[in-house]
Amino acid sequence: MVSFADTLVQGVLLGGLYALFAAGLSLIFGVMRLVNLAHGDLIVLAAFLILSLITALGLNPFVAALIALPIMFALGFVLQLQVLNRTLGPDILPPLLVTFGLSIVIQNGLLEAFSADSRRISVGLLETASLPVGPISIGVMPLLTFLSAVAVIVGLNHLFYRTELGRAFRATSDDKVTASLMGIRPERIFAVATGIAMIVATIAALYLGARANFDPTIGPARLIYAFEAVIIGGLGSLWGTLAGGVIIGVAQTFGAAINPEWQILLGHVAFIAVLLAMPRGLFPRPTD
Amino acid sequence: MALLEIHGLTARYGEFQALFGVDMTLEPGETIAIVGANGAGKSTLMRSIAGVLSNADEQIVFEGRRIGALPAADVMALGIAMVPEGRRLFPSLSVEENLLIGRYGRQAPGPWSLKTVYELFPVLKERRTAPAITLSGGQQQMTAIGRALMSNPRILLCDEVSLGLAPVVIRDMYAIFPRLRETGASVVIVEQDIGQALKVADRVYCMMEGRVTLSGSPASLTREAIHAAYFGAS
Repeated sequence: MVSFADTLVQGVLLGGLYALFAAGLSLIFGVMRLVNLAHGDLIVLAAFLILSLITALGLNPFVAALIALPIMFALGFVLQLQVLNRTLGPDILPPLLVTFGLSIVIQNGLLEAFSADSRRISVGLLETASLPVGPISIGVMPLLTFLSAVAVIVGLNHLFYRTELGRAFRATSDDKVTASLMGIRPERIFAVATGIAMIVATIAALYLGARANFDPTIGPARLIYAFEAVIIGGLGSLWGTLAGGVIIGVAQTFGAAINPEWQILLGHVAFIAVLLAMPRGLFPRPTD
Repeated sequence: MALLEIHGLTARYGEFQALFGVDMTLEPGETIAIVGANGAGKSTLMRSIAGVLSNADEQIVFEGRRIGALPAADVMALGIAMVPEGRRLFPSLSVEENLLIGRYGRQAPGPWSLKTVYELFPVLKERRTAPAITLSGGQQQMTAIGRALMSNPRILLCDEVSLGLAPVVIRDMYAIFPRLRETGASVVIVEQDIGQALKVADRVYCMMEGRVTLSGSPASLTREAIHAAYFGAS
C-alpha cells in the first residue's frame, strides 16, 4: 500500500515535468495552429543556455534560468517573426517541414558547440533533499517541478482569460482577418505567443537538466511525451495538458514499478487507452 | 477636402477583376449608402478601404494621406472601423470581450465606451458574459456594431448589416444611424436591400459589375433610375 501511494505520488510529480514540456507546445498550437516539431530541441537549447550561464558566470542554476528567460523570449519572438510566420497558411505541411528542419539544425548546432557528451545542471543539495510525508518521502526537486507546472498553467490561464493580450490571442486564433480589423497585428501576436512559449520551455529546461542527464539529441524523444500530454488533455486546453502530463507520468512510474522495461511502454499504452475512450481528449474545445 | 477619397480604385482576386476604376468621396459627418446586387463589388470596395485587400497606395486617401496599401491594423488605428459582412464575432470571446477587443488597436477619446454601447443596446448588457455565438442574429449584429464603435472611429463601414435579419430588427438597427450622425462620425452603409439605406443616407452610390453606375442624393434619384443602375435594365 505504501509503495502504491509512493509510486502514485512520484508519477504525479513526473507528470508536472511532462506538463511543462507540453504547455509551450499547447500554447503555440492553441494560438496559431502550428505544430512545433522543434519544441523539444528548443527546450534542450534552453538547457544548454542555462548550463553555459552557470559555467561562464558561476551562477546559481535558478538565477541562470532567470537570466535565460528573456533571452529565450527574444529568440522565440524573432524565430516566429522571421521564420515561422512565413510558413503559416491554409496548408499544414510547411510548418511541419520547417520545424522538422529546425529540429535537425538545432541538434547539429548544439553537437558542434557542446559535443555529444551528456551534461547535467547541478542544483547542489536540492538534488537529494526530500520531505517526509507520512510513510513516503517526496523529493524537493520533483515537488518544485510540479508546483512550477501548476504555476505556469495558472499563469497562462490568467494571461489567456483575464488580460487584453489573452483576448487578442483568442481572437486571432478564432479569425485572423477579423482580428486585424480590430487593430491586431497577427504576426506580432504570434511572435509574442512563441516568445511566451519559450519562457515556459526555459522553465522546463531547468527541471529537465536538473532531473537527468541530457545531450543535444534527446529533444525529439522528450517531445513525444509532450505531444501525448497535449493530445489526451484535449488540443488547446491548458488544464487538460497538465492532466495529460500527469496521466503519462503516473502510467510510466507504475510501468517502471512493475518492470523497468515497461516504463515507456505503459506511458504510450495509457495514451492510446485515453484516446480509445475519448478520441478528442479529456477537455476538448467546443468548437474545433 | 473630403474625409475619404477613392480614385480609380481597381481590385482583383487573382485572374478575376472585381473593381474597375471606382471613384467615391465621403465628407466629414456624412452618411453614404452603396447599393448594388450580389457580386457588384460592394464588399470588395469595403475590404479595400479597410485594408483587408491591399491596393495601390494613391487609390485611397484618408484626410490627405495615402492609405491604399496600408494593412488593416494600421487603417483601423487611423480611425476607420468596419462591421464586417456576416458579423464575424469571435466565438471564443464573450459579448463583453468582443466589445472590448474593438478598441485594441485604437483607444481614442469620444462618445463610445462600454457604458454608452450598453446604453445604445441594453440587451447586450444583460447578456454580456454569454459567449457571443449564443446570441440571436440581431443581438450578434448589435455586438458587431458596438465592437466597431468602441474605437470611436472617424469612419464606420457597415457591410450588409441587415443581412438575414427580420424586418423589425432591421428597423431597430437602422434607428442607430441618426445617433451616429449626431456624434459626427461618417458612415458608409453597404446594402443589397436599398429601402432602409436610402432613408438614412445623404448620398447614394449604385454599383454594378465593379463600376459605379449612378450616384447622387436619394431625393434626386428616381426609383426607376436606381433600378436601372442596380440591375442594368434600361
